Amino acid sequence: MHDIYDFVSGPLVWVSFIIFFGGILYRLISMALLAKKKDIIVYEYMSLKYGLRSILHWIIPFGTVKWQKNPIFTIVTFTFHICLIFIPIFLFAHIILWKESWDISWWYLSDNTADVLTLVVIASCVFFLIRRIVLPEVKYLTSISDYVILAIVAAPFITGFWTYHQFPGFRVMGIIHILAGEIMLAAIPFTRLSHMIFFPFTRGYMGSEFGAVRHAKDW
Amino acid sequence: MVEPAIKNNNQIDKVVDEGIDTGIARLTPEKIEQVINKVLKTETGARLKTYVGTCVHCGLCSEACHYFLSYDNDPKFSPAGKVKQTIWELLKKKGKVDPEFIRRISRIATTECNLCRRCAMYCPFGIDIAYLMTIVRRICHMLGVTPRYQQDTAHSHSATLNQMWMKDDEWVDSLFWQEEEAQDEIPYLQIPIEKEGADIFYSVIAPEPKFRAQLIYQAAVILNVAGVDFTMPATPGWDNSDLCMFTGDYEIMGRLKKAHFETAMRLKVKRIVMGECGHAFRSVYDVGNRWLAWKMPPIPVTHAVEFYYELIKEGKIKIANKYEGVVTFQDPCNISRGRGLHEMARYVVDATCEEFVEMHPNREHNYCCCAGGGVINAGPPYKMKRIKGIRIKAEQLFAAKARGAKVVIAPCHNCHGGIDDIIHHYGLDMELYFLGDIIYKAMEKPA
Repeated sequence: MHDIYDFVSGPLVWVSFIIFFGGILYRLISMALLAKKKDIIVYEYMSLKYGLRSILHWIIPFGTVKWQKNPIFTIVTFTFHICLIFIPIFLFAHIILWKESWDISWWYLSDNTADVLTLVVIASCVFFLIRRIVLPEVKYLTSISDYVILAIVAAPFITGFWTYHQFPGFRVMGIIHILAGEIMLAAIPFTRLSHMIFFPFTRGYMGSEFGAVRHAKDW
Repeated sequence: MVEPAIKNNNQIDKVVDEGIDTGIARLTPEKIEQVINKVLKTETGARLKTYVGTCVHCGLCSEACHYFLSYDNDPKFSPAGKVKQTIWELLKKKGKVDPEFIRRISRIATTECNLCRRCAMYCPFGIDIAYLMTIVRRICHMLGVTPRYQQDTAHSHSATLNQMWMKDDEWVDSLFWQEEEAQDEIPYLQIPIEKEGADIFYSVIAPEPKFRAQLIYQAAVILNVAGVDFTMPATPGWDNSDLCMFTGDYEIMGRLKKAHFETAMRLKVKRIVMGECGHAFRSVYDVGNRWLAWKMPPIPVTHAVEFYYELIKEGKIKIANKYEGVVTFQDPCNISRGRGLHEMARYVVDATCEEFVEMHPNREHNYCCCAGGGVINAGPPYKMKRIKGIRIKAEQLFAAKARGAKVVIAPCHNCHGGIDDIIHHYGLDMELYFLGDIIYKAMEKPA
């Protein structure tokens, strides 16, 4: 088991980070080149001012009519996305790993806070799952891949929680946790999780069209 | 778990449409595959790829769509639901689809979406679903599968450069006729034809001379009283409308807009002022110019609403008697979401009407009339589907009526067609006017 642990916490970490950062770069550059060739319109109409104006409204909770009309979804999705990024970066256990490997460290969350936030993420995933099953308009759009993506995102948090609390089989679960995190990182550039990369561009482009050409708000 | 993308259980869909039926009969699987892949390969790129790859199937766009809301939240009518039934399938099957599939996607893209762009304001990522639907329409056009009535309009554009099969002499004759009529009221009134160097080229859509000629009369009164130096051309290029933009016939769209801009250039005018039409504004200001590689129109383009705002604000038109009674106002998609003219419109309404009540939601968030985007032009076979698909607007209007509104002002020809049908079908018993109608009634005219 030590061998497996060494493998997933050593070379595989490198592999996943390389796929993550390399993948992001690849997707961005290849899309930018494709746009240059086939959608020159995007370069012509993209406006920094109006693009940022739109993005700003959409990344502020309740900053748009849409967010205001769906308060529960808004609270869940914002909390979920913030925790999703925040927890792995500021988790004490993760910072220890950085410290041991590279002797670097930064501010961290207290274990209790991280524990609660993890539960928030898991609960949010359950919320998204139920929404997918219950709401007809979401169910209609749902395919197996949507459940797989949700599982990819939920897995690191469920396994992390398990491991931290040393529930039965936590040693194996710890390995699965690392693996799950790596799978998620590697999946981001190449699945619909790539909305993390492309959100600023799709929203920014729509904001530019609405703001600079159509003199209207898009929120 | 996964529902089939295509369910043929919609009674409203079982209509005879010669344009679509004949087009379908000519198709072979090979031709379909070849055309789809050609359009996808040569005409789409990063936008399509990003939009499809970024959509997380969250369904948040659903409540943006008046079809979805009016058809009791039927998922098939949600914006992403329509993308699922069309674009996702086309991509998944790499164009290997049968003629019946083309029939279905043609109906979805041309009669179940008004390209109103409201969903772009409800998708957190700003995915341009209207753009995705235009890709479907383009594919159907290239396959020769277009609703017959729409295609007839496109043929008219192609043959005459106007939407209504009007002959050149009929057009000029209509102008003379309205000039003469209006001279009974204002003796010095003129509709200057072919006046080179005028400040303004006043352009209209072909239905105005064809069957709403009083709008030309009223515009002539407004322009003359305001002392505006304007002209109207005697040649093709006078019509600013463009149904080819909606059928996916971009080649003809380019010809239409080129003729329109070149007419303005030939007359050496300073700008084009257009009548109260939404789709034509979209074509001249936003879409057609791009096809001709003009980032913005080569000559300034002003919509009637903005022009009225100028005239009233600058005191060129004075209001004698405000229109009595309570009015409400329909924000046309193509000039609110399409040009942000909603505040100017309200300024004009306030200046000309005694009392105004809002419909809710309004401004950029207003619901489409369900006639735009070429949908009303798909004709009688789809009329009931369209009227049922806009129940939400009837509810908006009922609410406004409950607060006293007896009149709907809609500064757009498509909105007029759509709202007129809504008023009759849902028994609203409201009057419907253009902004020009109201100004004409309320303005100070020479004795």
